Amino acid sequence: MNKITSMEEISSILTDGMTIMAGGFMGVGTPQELVTAMLESGVKDITLIANDTAFTGTGVGPLIVNRRVKKVIASHIGTNPETGKQMIAGELDVELVPQGTLAERVRAGGSGLGGVLTPTGVGTVVEEGKEKITVDGREYLLEKPLRAEVALLKAYKADKAGNLIYHRSARNFNPLMALAADTVIVQVEKIVEIGEIDPDEVMTPGILVDKIFVQGGC
Amino acid sequence: MINTLINPKQIIAARVAKELKDGDVVNLGIGLPTMVPNFLPADVNVILQSENGYIGLGPLDGDIDPDLVNAGGQPAGIIRGGAFFDSLFSFELIRGGHVDVTVLGGLEVDVHGNLANWMVPGKMVPGMGGAMDLVTGAKKVIVAMEHMAKSGSSKILQQCRLPLTGKGVVDMIVTELAVFRVTEEGLIIEELQEGVDLETVKEKTEAVFKINPSIK
Repeated sequence: MNKITSMEEISSILTDGMTIMAGGFMGVGTPQELVTAMLESGVKDITLIANDTAFTGTGVGPLIVNRRVKKVIASHIGTNPETGKQMIAGELDVELVPQGTLAERVRAGGSGLGGVLTPTGVGTVVEEGKEKITVDGREYLLEKPLRAEVALLKAYKADKAGNLIYHRSARNFNPLMALAADTVIVQVEKIVEIGEIDPDEVMTPGILVDKIFVQGGC
Repeated sequence: MINTLINPKQIIAARVAKELKDGDVVNLGIGLPTMVPNFLPADVNVILQSENGYIGLGPLDGDIDPDLVNAGGQPAGIIRGGAFFDSLFSFELIRGGHVDVTVLGGLEVDVHGNLANWMVPGKMVPGMGGAMDLVTGAKKVIVAMEHMAKSGSSKILQQCRLPLTGKGVVDMIVTELAVFRVTEEGLIIEELQEGVDLETVKEKTEAVFKINPSIK
């Protein structure tokens, strides 16, 4: 199976109203060329799940600036003033989730769990509307799973089977999201033949990866 | 060393540094807390955890690597012996009690150990990022902040008014005037910073606090 993909094929996968997850922390580990593909495809009204909305010009930030997003689920929006502006104007629905809870909700979505119990957010606005469960005398919030139709990931290196290696702090949410979407598209800096990555060094196994976009678009 | 401390932030950071022990795993919030390592004695080495996915956060060493940033998104380094991981593991460390100390800034703290530092309704809603997990999971939570807001109002209150980051989570408050501990019996002032008298602290603190007998 050939997993190497093109901008055109990615555009054909994206449709209006989709839920999309994107890896990255303030743009580091975000597949910038896949974000560009989204912009060029014209896709809109998306629900975006990402750690943050990065900056106006990098990460997933341009999706907000270009008003392609109707709802964002993130832990932090402060570095992209456009997110706050659209939220206050009532044009963008923002669900703020503590970062550790966001990671766990994505994990739950990707690993067949009905949710997770976390003490984070108990006694704060985060608990509003959520079920509280007491375990051994301590209160926890039931936080529900998150899944997406498409995950857009960034890795440093892939082999043609889609086995991935991430680089430095660009790993962040990428490995979690690889489990939590129907279609997983990864942008890589480098592509190698099957067998060239030692199985001990694989960080995300290729069975989770549907499409590989080689940076620079070969 | 005290004589060389020229501004309130340095006074605060220097005092927080005394709370850290050799080998502690520490997570520092953005801003003032990042100054703390500058005041550690040579024989105290702490391991800094960066919420975006590694332990061994260090100063930028050599060329900027676009894939290596701190939790503020700024170019950073990693020390020898450090390790990278994903966001899930990062917050397993944080929530699971594997971080010994977290040092964060605060907008308001109260006598119950409640902390508000993530939003001001109608004005500033950046999101909580990792702060709620940090205050919930770290073994010791130190709030390092200037004693009063820019408006001159007290930031140490009987009851927080802003939306909370965590309920009953704060262990210690360090300001340029004093050091407080949050206990089951309420807030206790443990120390006065050099050259500060108790009356000044009382005047500038809305919260009612007990006084450690060592002061006076």
